[in-house]
Amino acid sequence: MATTIRVNGIDRTVDVDGDTPLLWVLRDVLGMTGTKFGCGMALCGACTVHVDGVAIRSCITPIDSIGTSEITTIEAIGATAAGAKIQKAWLDREVVQCGYCQSGQIMSASALLASNPHPTDSDIDGAMAGNICRCGTYVRIREAIKQAAQSN
Amino acid sequence: MISDHINSRAACPDPSPSANGLSRRTFLKAGAAAGGGLMLSLGLPMANGEAQVTAGDGFAPNAFIRIGNDGQIVLTMPYVEMGQGTYTSIPMLIAEELEVDLSRVRLEHAPPNEKFYGNPLLAGVQATGNSNAIRAAWQPLRQAGAVARTMLVSAAAKRWNVDPTSCRAQSGEVRHVPTGRSITYGELAADAARMPVPESVALKRPEDFKLIGTPAKRLDTPAKVNGTAVYGIDVRPPGVKIATLAQSPVFGGRVKRVHDTAAKAVKGVRQIVLLDDAVAVVADHMGAAKKGLAALVIEWDDGPHAKLNTNEVVAELEQATLNSGAVAQNIGDVDAAIARAITKVEATYQVPFLAHATMEPMNCTVHVREDGCEVWVGSQVMARAQAAAAKTAGLPLDKVVVHNHLIGGGFGRRLEIDGVIRAVEIAKQVDGPVKVVWTREEDIQHDMYRPTFFDRISAGLDEKGMPAAWNNRFAGSSIIARWLPPGFNNGLDPDTTEGAIDLVYDLPNMHVEYLRVEPPGIPTAFWRSVGPSHNVFVTESFIDELATAAKQDAVAYRMALLDKSPRAKAVLELAAEKAGWGQPLLERVGRGVSVQFVFATYMAQIVEVEVSANGAVRVRRVVCAVDCGTVVNPDTVRAQIQSGIVFGITAALYGQITLKDGRVEQTNFDSYQMLRINEAPAIEVYIVQNSEPPGGMGEAGTSAIAPAVTNAIFAATGKRLRKLPIDTTALKQPV
Repeated sequence: MATTIRVNGIDRTVDVDGDTPLLWVLRDVLGMTGTKFGCGMALCGACTVHVDGVAIRSCITPIDSIGTSEITTIEAIGATAAGAKIQKAWLDREVVQCGYCQSGQIMSASALLASNPHPTDSDIDGAMAGNICRCGTYVRIREAIKQAAQSN
Repeated sequence: MISDHINSRAACPDPSPSANGLSRRTFLKAGAAAGGGLMLSLGLPMANGEAQVTAGDGFAPNAFIRIGNDGQIVLTMPYVEMGQGTYTSIPMLIAEELEVDLSRVRLEHAPPNEKFYGNPLLAGVQATGNSNAIRAAWQPLRQAGAVARTMLVSAAAKRWNVDPTSCRAQSGEVRHVPTGRSITYGELAADAARMPVPESVALKRPEDFKLIGTPAKRLDTPAKVNGTAVYGIDVRPPGVKIATLAQSPVFGGRVKRVHDTAAKAVKGVRQIVLLDDAVAVVADHMGAAKKGLAALVIEWDDGPHAKLNTNEVVAELEQATLNSGAVAQNIGDVDAAIARAITKVEATYQVPFLAHATMEPMNCTVHVREDGCEVWVGSQVMARAQAAAAKTAGLPLDKVVVHNHLIGGGFGRRLEIDGVIRAVEIAKQVDGPVKVVWTREEDIQHDMYRPTFFDRISAGLDEKGMPAAWNNRFAGSSIIARWLPPGFNNGLDPDTTEGAIDLVYDLPNMHVEYLRVEPPGIPTAFWRSVGPSHNVFVTESFIDELATAAKQDAVAYRMALLDKSPRAKAVLELAAEKAGWGQPLLERVGRGVSVQFVFATYMAQIVEVEVSANGAVRVRRVVCAVDCGTVVNPDTVRAQIQSGIVFGITAALYGQITLKDGRVEQTNFDSYQMLRINEAPAIEVYIVQNSEPPGGMGEAGTSAIAPAVTNAIFAATGKRLRKLPIDTTALKQPV
């Protein structure tokens, strides 16, 4: 069944089962591999994208549940004010190690910053605890979010 | 900046035999690059002590520098990037001696070629592991840079007809100091290639370093924050299909029967591939492949390990330690010293199997054709990946091209080639390229695990409470015995015993034995800080037990044993000072300490933990003092320590792979938990500056943390934990 979704401002029509998770449509059908597969069960956050600005786990989001909502992925997050600040802070603070989880971390952090320009430590914990980093970059993620918030 | 992958180069001229030993000339040889520029190749000394040289402008032995006529400097990297910062720190060595900005050095992955790119500190295996990339590259890569610089200067001096000593290399140019004339490396490259290779070169003095020791920005990160970095799992050769698989849930089991009607009916499923011990579903996308796999009904023959439970494995290890093993270290006479001892202390320790759980699940993309095979993978062992693919595909080595990619977490998992073999087995039955992606469940349940170990340890204390005798015997799997058989000798290998022998402490009588006992059916492999992740937990917990038995302060007790190890003493002193050791803490909060010398790095950690009334453990603060000799990139050192600590806390609190009825019980991040940001401690890192040779940084942080945490739990609660992971039920406060 053909389904049309709007990804980074462009309508894309794909022919997959309606229950196909958005993650695989992005990665394997549309070739947008910046969004990562980590667990398939919304346990690690590697697959985080925005739907109408809200961070969601694309690995458990069926494509037929999205409707006309706007999907934003790591490939386009730099075009948003919060996303650009987060990306810059990530580089300034040298957050990244292997980097595999960082697309998801940046998407979660960008959604946080867009909705909460001055997050507290507890706000950061709340927004970021769903994103696992096996390289343990948490100390720097926290610093980077605070840096990005300072520029607000 | 970073080229994500390169094609293997098939045609490599045979290396000519070298002169004896490691003379200047066998280390380095220059030639004209294909484009006419300067190509400088260098041979790292091989395990057999013989360096390799090449002729002409052919392919070079080991790592090599290429300088094009356009001034582009290319470093062919024998070491892979998996987050540890090697794509920045190794180019820093070259850039330092070449007198160029770091941004001028472009990287290419080395193709698989063990002869040329073997790691001299890993017996010549082309591998990135054991925290030794900087250690292996420290001398030869700086020498390579220095020789290139010297030849560029000579070429400029010749062109200007001036004395080379009146010229200086700086910022990618050679400058004639008296006249101020300058000429770029690119313009000089062709001439430099014709200059004689200097017999010797002076390396820069540490006080003249411009880059080494500075927190250089990482080169690999911009692509990792905008989704453009290409990991193995991201490759998309034209027409690629996606496969996912189910391997026998019991190690050693086989497929008996498969009912695939429902799976084949799933939209997007193209093919079911049957192997002896696995079934794969090939589809247009992973969503269809997973749905197809779920729809398969597979009957398994569980094989000989159908009833295997991990508690039986541990019981076998415990039993084994009743017998004597191979002597890993003996100092003095332990038996006599124990007999004389005033106090005896005995304990047993145990650590579990651990999975790697890299964030990038196992994957490998393969295209098998009749006359060749192409492989796309992120691997810590390129040459082994190529050899495994060739063997599995039934093709000669030179028909197999391997593209290496960024690695989304290695930790030793990608020192193994089981995933490559599996992917080639599947690809042999598929028309066109196929990307085999393991689900997280497959990744955890078919990992190759950090081994479980059982330790029986005892000590005798003298009248002052100091350890007069130290006797440690432990049993478990030897990874080296499988992975690098020549490294296993007389029942011993250097990895399994690291951290159990050559302790920092001055122990007059010490005896350490190891018994190799392989768990039936359960594959074991390296892990972050492999041997030390087990041994340092045991030794640093037990020295704490001795301090307690001697009624002495845990830091003071250690300090008294460190007179012969001043660098260890210095890091302990520093950590204790920064942590405020001895300052009062609230009830159920404790400080713990550990000291170690592993991976050629000295480290002390002091942690503060809080144990709640229900037994939950929170690591609040970690203070780490490190002496890793010369620091190449201090920011990377800090990052690796932060990383290693989080990795080690994860294992200490949660890490455990158990088998019941032959099946791994953990499946995903719900049952194999990772530390999360809300649980992460504040981490302070203090670096001791000196000019000693560099030590390893990727793993040291991991091994030091577990005993510091359990020692802190003891301080907070009086409960001594001798088994990992931490059993929080044992820490509950009595009502």
